[in-house]
Amino acid sequence: MYAQMIKSTGKGVKSLDEMDPEERAFQERINAGGKIEPKDWMPDGYRKTLIRQIGQHAHSEIVGQLPEGNWITRAPTLERKAILLAKVQDEAGHGLYLYCAAETLGVSRDQLTRDLLSGKMKYSSIFNYPTLTWADMGAVGWLVDGAAIMNQVPLQRTSYGPYARAMVRICKEESFHQRQGFDIMMKMANGTEAQRRMAQDALNRFWYPSLMMFGPSDKESVHSAQSMAWKIKMNTNDELRQKFVDQTAPQAAYLGLTIPDEHLEWNEERGSYDFSEPDWDEFFDVLQGNGPCSVDRMEARNKAWDDGRWVREGLLAHAEKKRARKMAAE
Amino acid sequence: MSEPLFEFLCRMGDNTLVLGHRVSEWCGVAPVLEEDIALANTALDLIGQTTLWLNLAGAVEGKGRDADALAFRRDVWEFRNVLLVEQLNGDFGQTMMRQFLFDLWHKGMLIALQGSSHDQIAAIAEKSLKEVTYHLERTTDTVIGLGDGTDESHNRMQKALDRLYPFVGEMFVSDDVDAAMVAESIAPDPADLRPVFDARLDEVLSDATLVRPTSDFAHKGGKSGQRHSEHLGHMLSQMQWLQRAYPDATW
Ligand SMILES: [Fe+2]
Ligand SMILES: [Fe+2]
Ligand SMILES: [Fe+2]
Repeated sequence: MYAQMIKSTGKGVKSLDEMDPEERAFQERINAGGKIEPKDWMPDGYRKTLIRQIGQHAHSEIVGQLPEGNWITRAPTLERKAILLAKVQDEAGHGLYLYCAAETLGVSRDQLTRDLLSGKMKYSSIFNYPTLTWADMGAVGWLVDGAAIMNQVPLQRTSYGPYARAMVRICKEESFHQRQGFDIMMKMANGTEAQRRMAQDALNRFWYPSLMMFGPSDKESVHSAQSMAWKIKMNTNDELRQKFVDQTAPQAAYLGLTIPDEHLEWNEERGSYDFSEPDWDEFFDVLQGNGPCSVDRMEARNKAWDDGRWVREGLLAHAEKKRARKMAAE
Repeated sequence: MSEPLFEFLCRMGDNTLVLGHRVSEWCGVAPVLEEDIALANTALDLIGQTTLWLNLAGAVEGKGRDADALAFRRDVWEFRNVLLVEQLNGDFGQTMMRQFLFDLWHKGMLIALQGSSHDQIAAIAEKSLKEVTYHLERTTDTVIGLGDGTDESHNRMQKALDRLYPFVGEMFVSDDVDAAMVAESIAPDPADLRPVFDARLDEVLSDATLVRPTSDFAHKGGKSGQRHSEHLGHMLSQMQWLQRAYPDATW
C-alpha cells in the first residue's frame, strides 16, 4: 500500500439523515456503486482526503524509482537491465497518471511536488529501505509490488472516477512487476550458494517493512471509517495485511526460503496464517524521517528538482518565444 | 572476412551499450517526470539494439559468445565504441547534446545500413531506425529549446557543444574495417555520412542560436580500441561487477 496513515475529516461518519440534500445525494450515489467525477459536487473533506491519498501514492511511485534505479547500472544481464529499466519507467508513468488524477481535484503537480520536497507530504515508508544486493530487485518486485497490488486491486472500484481508472492501468503493470520480481527470486533461490544466501537475506530485510506498507491496525480509526464510507479505502489495513501474508507464505515455501517469523503458522480454524506484527516503533521512526535511507531519498529528489530548474525554465522560455514569434507573424 | 565484420558489429553494439548505460544513469533524477520516462525509453531502445548487434557479433565470431558474454566479460581495450558515448553525463544539457550528436550520426548510419548486403544487418538497421528517428526528433527539439531558452540554458548548451564537439570527428573516421565493409557492400564509408550530418547540424544549431566550434580537431581511439578515455573503465567496473564477482552464477 502506498498510502499510509491518511487523515480524513477526523470526525465520525455522518448518517444519511444528518446530511444536507447535496451530501446525501453524493453519499447515496457512492453507496449504489456510482462514480464521482471531477465536475460533480463533493464534500470538502472528500476532496482533501483524496488529494492527500492520491498525492502520497504518486510521490511513492516517484521516490520508488530510487531504490530500484540503484541497481540499473549493475544489472547482471542485458535482459535484466532492460526489464528493470522498463519497470522503473512504468513507476514514473504511474506517478504521472496519479498526479493527473490529483490535478482533477484542483491541485497542481508543482504544488504537490513542492509539498513532497519540503517534507510536508509523505511517501510510502518502504522506499526508505536500502537495496543492497541484486536479490533485492527480486524481493522488491515480489513483496513490495505484491503488497501494493493487494491494496490497489480493490481501489479499481474506488468511488472517484479518475482515481479508479488510473488504478486499472496501474494494476496491470504492477502484477507484471510482481511476476518479474518472483522470477528473479526463483533464479536466486535456485542458483549458487551465494545467490541463495542473497535471496534469504533480501527476504529477511524486506519482510517486516513490507508488512508495514499496510499501515498499523486501523480497525478503530475514525479516518478509516470515513474513508471506507466514501469508498476511497476499500478494506482495513489488517484485512489486507492478512491477505498478503496468506498469499506470500506459500510462495516463500515454494522458493525454499524462510520467512523471518518463528510465529508464522497456518491456523486451520481461521483458514489463515498467524504471524508476528512488525515493529511499529520502527515504522513511526521511518515516517518521522528516520528510515535508513530517508535523508538520502529526499536529498536525491531535491537535488534532481534543483538541478533541473534551468532546464524547466529554459524550455518554458523557449515555448514563450515560439508563441510570441507565431503571434507576431500572424 | 569474419574478423572485420566482428569488429564492425562490436562497434555498433558497443556504441549502443555504452550510451544506453550512460542514459540509464539518469534513472529517477531527471529535471521533469516526462524526461525520466523519455530517458528510460531511450536507454531501453539502446539496450535492445545492443542485444541484437552483439548477439550477431557473437554468432559471426563463432566462439560461443553471446551478447551478454561480450557486454559483461570484455575489458576496456576490447571495446569498440566511439569516445563520444563514454563521456560523462555532465548536466542534463550535456547529456542531451551528446545524445543529439550521436543520434544524428546514428540515423545516417542506420539509413545506409538498411541497404546492407548482409540481411541480418539490414533487418537490425530497419528496426533500430524507427527508434532512433524518434530519439533524434526529441533531442533536436530539446537542443533547440534549451539553446533558444533562457540565458542560462543557452550558455549551458553552448558549453556542452564546445565540450563534446571534439568527439564528433571520430564517428566519421574511415579505417581498414570500414574499407572491408564497403568492399562487401555491408556498410557505408563513415566519411560519406558527414555532409548530411553537417548540413543538418548547422540547421539545428542555427535554430538553437548555438555556434559551432571552428576547430575540427577530433579525438580518436575509441572505435579502434587503441585508447579509450578513463571513464570507460569505471563504467565497466560497475556494469560488469556482478558477472565478474560471481562468474559461476546465472541470473
Ligand atoms: Fe507503480
Ligand atoms: Fe510500485
Ligand atoms: Fe511496480
